Amino acid sequence: MKIISLVAFALFITPGLCHADYDYIDINNPFLRKIPIAIPVFSSLPDSKTKKPVLQKASDLLSETLEFTGYFKMLDRGAFLIDPGTAPLITPKINFNNWVSIGAELLITGGLSAKENTIVMELRLFDTFKGKRLVGKKYEGPAGDLRQMIRRFCSEVIYHLTGNRGIFNSKIAFISTGSGNKEIYICDFDGYSPKRFTNNKSINLFPAWSSDLKYIAYTSYLKGKPDIYIKQLKGKHSSVIAQKGINLAPAWVPGRFELAATLSFSGDQDIYLLTGTGKIIKRLTRKWGSDISPTWSPDGKKIAFVSNRAGSPQIYIKNISSGLVERLTFNGQYNTQPDWSPRGDKITYTSLQEGINNIFVVDIKSRQPVQLTFDSRNNESPSWSPDGSLIAFSSTREGPSRIYIMTAFGTDQRRLLFLHGEQFNPKWSPNVNNE
Amino acid sequence: MRKKLWIGLVMLFLIPVFLFTVSCAQQEVKDTEETATEPEKAPEETATEASKEVEQPTEDMSAEERAALAARNMFMSEDIYFEFDKSTLDSMSQDILSRKADWMRDNTAVVVSIEGHCDERGTNEYNLALGEKRAESTKSFLVDLGIEAYRISTVSYGEERPVDTGQNEEAWAKNRRAHCLIP
Repeated sequence: MKIISLVAFALFITPGLCHADYDYIDINNPFLRKIPIAIPVFSSLPDSKTKKPVLQKASDLLSETLEFTGYFKMLDRGAFLIDPGTAPLITPKINFNNWVSIGAELLITGGLSAKENTIVMELRLFDTFKGKRLVGKKYEGPAGDLRQMIRRFCSEVIYHLTGNRGIFNSKIAFISTGSGNKEIYICDFDGYSPKRFTNNKSINLFPAWSSDLKYIAYTSYLKGKPDIYIKQLKGKHSSVIAQKGINLAPAWVPGRFELAATLSFSGDQDIYLLTGTGKIIKRLTRKWGSDISPTWSPDGKKIAFVSNRAGSPQIYIKNISSGLVERLTFNGQYNTQPDWSPRGDKITYTSLQEGINNIFVVDIKSRQPVQLTFDSRNNESPSWSPDGSLIAFSSTREGPSRIYIMTAFGTDQRRLLFLHGEQFNPKWSPNVNNE
Repeated sequence: MRKKLWIGLVMLFLIPVFLFTVSCAQQEVKDTEETATEPEKAPEETATEASKEVEQPTEDMSAEERAALAARNMFMSEDIYFEFDKSTLDSMSQDILSRKADWMRDNTAVVVSIEGHCDERGTNEYNLALGEKRAESTKSFLVDLGIEAYRISTVSYGEERPVDTGQNEEAWAKNRRAHCLIP
């Protein structure tokens, strides 16, 4: 029965899109059916006597990291038919029936050797039905690199199953009031290791990542009014856009050292294209009224933005070369904060209805909006993960505003991290492949 | 008969589960309330800033000086209020601004800054833009009454500096404001 369903599953997938022999994950709605995966506690590699807590910790970390993607159903280790730490690494030694019988379609086994300050880790991904190894990797490095090794393997697993590298090198910037001021913080994609990026005791808002992840642009009141600061992450280079009036909510052009932002020095709030050092290249919107919150299509040919040109704030799309503007949202009186999916096909945004903000996603072709958050107070500031599979957003569902993650289809909503104060305006970074 | 027994058994199991979830839920609410009241320092800051602006009269002041100070304090303490997502001035605001213009005409050396603010509803990018519209429409009205434009600067704080952090119409109405201050 299970074999049949898997075969059926494989047949429905368009083969052209596959990286693997067939797709394990349906990219049209991968969260409809989670793949059951078994990750037994790693074994100690033959030449070492690695202690059980270390093995446990490493296998738990792998499990949590993969679970974050929303693609998998992690099978309970209590149901496994082998003892912890005894799962073999080599295909012929694995009794795949043990795994098929508990419902596992994928299996990851690992071996670890931790000696002094060096760790060696071998990890294998298997298809339990085919009894076949899909991915096998060996990592060696200082003990502090364990998390990095596990993320690298997760990236291999996701690449094998979906054809893209996933999110494991990405970061999330956000605002936190923990210090008493609104400062920008940066954490890993999974909420790990939050660090403060600004420390100017002013109001800092709307962080935006450059495509190469080397710069963050943001709005700050450092000089008493909203200006845009373009700051290098590692290094001291920085520029300021401090025109008269507001300098608001920058958005980097994909793959270029240029950005779009709202400036009001002309007396009207319009979106301009600027160089990465803050020089105006050209004006992108001309209609009277507020034109704000630009977000670029992945090919850099269009922007979606918010305008109140028709009376209430709505989202529009402008083709930069033709100048053609189309209205995207028609439901509700207050649609703002668009973010264009890195896959190009959808835009997520915030809609205020009956006094409550909720997150929606709209397919650009069909123009059909779908609501992703419900009955959980205010949900705002959606930001796509670099592979377009997840959305970070802020919510007041637990009282103070905090950062949450959900899948692109609104499932698996969970808090990203717990910090003192309130957190909002999350912005997910692009992926970096050469870390 | 058998079925009833089953339902009974299920209920026996479910009722404690419900009780448990209810007690958990209450505890959660309590937790969040505690954390909610604790962190945000921003409102305190704005409050101290506001009190700094308004000078108290001292004992050695003449009646004339006292009146002048009272007028100055009135200029700064009377805010202009707006409807949700609007930057238009109603007749009450126009009356207040006419008085402010009179005072500025009598005090030609004074330059003022107008802050535009919004309530927390909606989203903060749009509110930052809206706050500027509010500050600018307030400024335009004063300029139309003959006040020199160079004497008035504007800054938008959007929803970032509420005077009242309450989440009700009363608090929101107080936050949708243009505030004049003498730097």
